[in-house]
Parts: sequence; C-alpha cells; structure tokens
Amino acid sequence: MNRFWLIAVAGALLGAPAWATGEDTITVGMTVSRTGSLNVDSVAQLRGAELWRDEVNAAGGIKAGNKRYRVRFVTYDDQSQGGRVQQLYTRLIVQDKAQFLFSPYSSGLTATAAVITEQYGRIMLIGGGAEAKTYELGNKYLFQCITPADYYLAGAIQALKEKNPHAQVALVYSDDPFSKAVVAAARTQAAAAGFKVVLDESYPPTTTDFSAIINKIISSRADAFLGGGHYPDGATLARQLHDQKAALKWVTILVAPDSPQFTTLGAAAVGITVPSQWEPQVQYKPDFGPTPEQFARLFESHAKVEVDYHAASGYVVGLLLQRAIEQAGSIDPDKVAAALEKIDVTTFFGRDKFATDANRHGLQLAHQMVLAQWQVRGGKLAKEVVWPDAAKTANVLYPLQDGATTASVLNPLH
Amino acid sequence: MIGLLASIVDGVLVGSVYGLAAMGITLIWGVMNVINLTHGTMIVCGMFGLYFLVNAAGVPAYATLAPILVIGFLVGVALYWIAVHRMIGQPPLMSLLSTFSVNLVLIGLGTALWGTVLFNVPVSLPGLSLGRYTFPGTHLMAAALTAVIAGALYLFLHRTRMGKAVRAVAANREAAELVGIPTTRVLALAFGLGVALACVSGMLIATLFPFTVLAGDAYQLKSFVVTVLGGLGNPTGALIAGIALGLLEGLATPFMPVSWTLVIEFVLFVAVLITFPGGLLSVRRARRVE
Repeated sequence: MNRFWLIAVAGALLGAPAWATGEDTITVGMTVSRTGSLNVDSVAQLRGAELWRDEVNAAGGIKAGNKRYRVRFVTYDDQSQGGRVQQLYTRLIVQDKAQFLFSPYSSGLTATAAVITEQYGRIMLIGGGAEAKTYELGNKYLFQCITPADYYLAGAIQALKEKNPHAQVALVYSDDPFSKAVVAAARTQAAAAGFKVVLDESYPPTTTDFSAIINKIISSRADAFLGGGHYPDGATLARQLHDQKAALKWVTILVAPDSPQFTTLGAAAVGITVPSQWEPQVQYKPDFGPTPEQFARLFESHAKVEVDYHAASGYVVGLLLQRAIEQAGSIDPDKVAAALEKIDVTTFFGRDKFATDANRHGLQLAHQMVLAQWQVRGGKLAKEVVWPDAAKTANVLYPLQDGATTASVLNPLH
Repeated sequence: MIGLLASIVDGVLVGSVYGLAAMGITLIWGVMNVINLTHGTMIVCGMFGLYFLVNAAGVPAYATLAPILVIGFLVGVALYWIAVHRMIGQPPLMSLLSTFSVNLVLIGLGTALWGTVLFNVPVSLPGLSLGRYTFPGTHLMAAALTAVIAGALYLFLHRTRMGKAVRAVAANREAAELVGIPTTRVLALAFGLGVALACVSGMLIATLFPFTVLAGDAYQLKSFVVTVLGGLGNPTGALIAGIALGLLEGLATPFMPVSWTLVIEFVLFVAVLITFPGGLLSVRRARRVE
C-alpha cells in the first residue's frame, strides 16, 4: 500500500510541472485593475479575455502546426498603479514564464508595461491603451487592437458639425496621458470643423467636485462639451452637468458613459454621447469568430453582466493572438509577431490591421469607432448608436432636452 | 460678474460640508491628540450608509441623517476601544499607525465587497437660479444641514454637562480626572462624536456627488487642510476654515485653471503652518525658535 502511494505521489510530482509550465499550454499574463480608479473598465476587459480563454479551451485549444495549446491565464491586481504594473509584468515574464501578454487597462499603465515587455522581447496585445505615443518609440512587439486616442472624438465632432456647424465648444478633460492625447487631436479636428473652442482646460484625475469647472463652462457660453477622462470623473461630470443645468446642447464624455453602470445616473445620463470602440448593435461580418450579436449573447451568459466595449476589446485581443498563432503554426514570438504584422481581418469587433513601419510599429490602422448616445426607450435608458450613418440605430438627440423633462419619463431606479 | 458670484456661492456651500467633515477630525485631535487616519473611510461609511438606506430600505435621503449619526457614533466608540484606547498617552505616531492599520483593513474589506465601482444616489431637490447659473437644491440643503449640525455640536459642547466634560478633558485631562470626570468614557464619547460627524458629512457629500470605496482619501486630505487652517482642536474654527477654503476656491477658479486651486490650497496650508501654527483664528503668532 505504501509503495502504491509513493508511486502515486512521485507520479503526481513529476506530472505536475508538465501541466504547470506545460508543453501544450500557452501562458498568457496580464495585470488587471481589480482595485483603484480603473477598476470598472479593467475588470470588464478581463471578463472579455476570460470568455475567449474558456471558449478556446472548450474547443480543445489553439492549433499551431500539429499541436494544440490550451490557454492558461496568470493575472495580478495592479491597483490602477504604474509602479505595480512595472513589478508585475516583470514577474509575469520572469517567474510565471508568460509567453504572451495582454495589456493592462489605460494608456498610462500600458506604456509602463510596454517598457518591460519590449525589454524581454515578449508580444503584448493591447486592448486598453489608446495613446499613440507608445507606438512611436521603436517598439517591435506591441500590437494595438483598438482605435488610437487621436480618433476618439473625431466621430463626435463630425456628428456635431452636421447639427451645428458653428458650435462653441468647451474642451474639459482629465490630466492623464490618454485624455490629453484625445483632446490634443480633437483641438485640431474642432478647428478644422469650424468650431470655436471657448474653454480649454484640464482637471486633476482625482477631482470629485466639478462645480467650479461647470460654472466656467456656463460662463464660457459653450453649447457643446467634449472631454472627460475615465469612469469616476466622467460619471461625476455627467451628474453635475445635469444638477447645475449647464444648458449644453451636446455633451460627449470619454469612456465612462459606455459602461452599463452609467444608467445609475438616471436622468443625468440622458443625451450623453460616448465614443465607443464597439457596440453590440454594430453589423460587422466577421472573417472568423462570433458575430457581434453572438459575442454579446455569449458574454452576458458567461459573465452575468451587460456587455460593453471594454469586454469586447478584452475578447478581441485573444482572438487576434489565436489567429496569429494559427497562421504562424508556432508559438515562437518572432513568428507570431510576423503573423500579427500581416493581419488584416474583420472580426465581430471590426477591422484590425497594424502599422509595420518602424516609426509607429503596432499602431492600429483600420479599426473604426462609433458614437453612442443614452436615450430613453420605453421609460428606460438605452444606448443607441447615432454615428456613423451606416451603423446608426437611432437618430441623434439634439439639442439635449431639459433635465426635468427627461427625468419625468424615466423610471427613477434607472 | 454673476459668474464670479455663482462660483463663490458654490464654493461656500460645498466648503461648509468640508468644514463639517473637518470638525470630526479636529474634535478628536483636540480631545485626545490622536490623528484619526480612518477619517476618510468613515466619510465613505456615511456615503454607503446613505446608499443602502435609500436603495435597500427605501428611506428618504435626508431621513437617513439621524440613523447614520447614531450608527456612526456607535462605530466610533467601538473603534476607540479597538484601536485607540491603548494608544492614549503614547507618542502620536502610535495612534497614527494604529488608525492607519485599521483604515487599511476597512478599505480592504470595502474593496473586496464592492470593488471600486462608482455608486450614485440620485437626490432631486429644486435649486435656485441666478441668471444662467443654478445652485442645486442638494448643495443648499447640505449647507443648511451643516449649519444645524454645527450649531447642535456647539450647544452640546458649551451648554451640556457632558459637553463641558469633553472640553475639560481637552483642556487638561489630569485636572479633569482630579475633579471626578470619567475621562476614558469622555474620550470614547469624543471619538464617537468625531466619527459620527465624519459619517454625516459623508452622507451629505453623497447627496452631491457619486462616490467609490476609495473616495475618502480626497476628503480626508481636504479635512487636514481645513483643520490646520482652522486650528487643531477647534471645531468652530474648522467650520469657518472650510467655508473660507470654499470661498477661496470660488474666487480663484474663474481666473485660473482649476488644477491650480490644489496648489494654492497647499501653499496656504504650509504658509499657515509656518506663520500661524494655531490656525488662522488663533491670535497667538508663532513663537520664533531662537
């Protein structure tokens, strides 16, 4: 009996490392902002990636040549802090032997992680780092799967121009790398559209009270607002713009309004537009993988929460990695990187193609954003795609209605 | 001109709530020389108190004030016995570390339970309009309730036997003990009161802005600035300093980027620490150290 147990334990000990590091297992590492200010969007991104992993493993793994590789995730909480990202990406590569990496959420954290992944020559697919500067530093293994920050407000500016060609715009944005990059491009785009920028001001990302800024917006006589940053500040801005009756005809806020949790703002959410990397209503015909509708259904039954574009970007990084490994027929980083460089595909998320020239290697070239708006449908808040015309599911609400009017048609708990 | 006036009024309204939050921290410091680093988290507890009482129990938003005040007081007393009592009489660093540790535990628990997602309590009250500017009814109500609570605290400290005992302990603990004041109970009471004030200010702030589990840090920092401006251990000074800080923010923001207001506040913080260590309301100037 003792001999039996000895053999069993020895077998388990010998077998365990094979599974842990596994010849037929790919280890994908990433940090997630489970805590801290980026929590909402980062966790949504993780949930999307987890759905991809579970689907791949359920189908027997990724096929590369004659082998099939199951996918194993190693994740850590980066607490929304760059310092943690630096330590943890090193750990993911050195200790956890991650062969491929997914980016953390946000441009700032992605830029920090990129320093480490490039140093070790590991591929990192980016689903949550829109700032273009990161790709202009001669990196070779970064691949941005989402639209760069420069184009975030381009759709909103085009849509606004159709309604008001002489809009007076307030650019008010968080003092973080992503928001600054978005607004830097928007300044030029707004001028080209013939808008007058009447207020151009940043605020600290930790701002909790926007009363003073909103009074400045009112004083500037702006009729359109473009800006924001991430979830907490964007949602607070929307609520206070409503509470202080800022009398704006157009409000576009970055990132925050895309989250399903934005509905907790009730009447303050009505009419707010958000540039979105993806919405479940889009009608892309994928070359492979699920359709937009299938993805939304799969995600919601898997994660038990509503789908948003961060979840979609989390899934698509996995899908593109899988495609590249299958095309390369290998998990060798250089071969997979070469396959990623050749990618020009349409998935449920839209078209993806990466720049291959040295001065912007890995920058996303093909993916396009849509503009979504919160509108009232049957007494409840619903997010509709309002731009571009080819993708729209509803006409844009312009000018914004008075808060009191919208509040009266909304169920107070929505 | 109306814009400037609106900005000042808004600053004063919100500043008064910051003053209320600072009254909690300054009361505790004044009575027992303890810097309560759970202050920010207690503000957040008040915010969550409002959220759960409104959403789960259906209590009207402003009716939550009394239960939050009572629960906050009980939590404060419990916190005193858990983390502070053994540190009384020890160097200030000990209580600082003790309350810091408890704060980390509470933040960890809060984050595990609710993550750091944003919570919002929609409270709708008719506001006042001045030209194109609107002062939300919630801001006016928060300022009015702050005035009532501050007045009640003043009356408690100056007109009741227990309040006088608190002031006596703050002035000289040994002498208070000699005249038969149960100082330990008074210390627990003062800590409970300080935490209750933090919770109530959190509840009022949550009627104005959405919040997360981590929202307390910003308000705690603001409370420290207000406390120093108003004078350590001086609750009335804290309220006046909160209003003054709001006034300053209101005056400054129309003329400069809002990012600069923090810089101005902290320059003022350092300047007051150097020139008036007893706070702006103190008539005593800093003694020069030869």
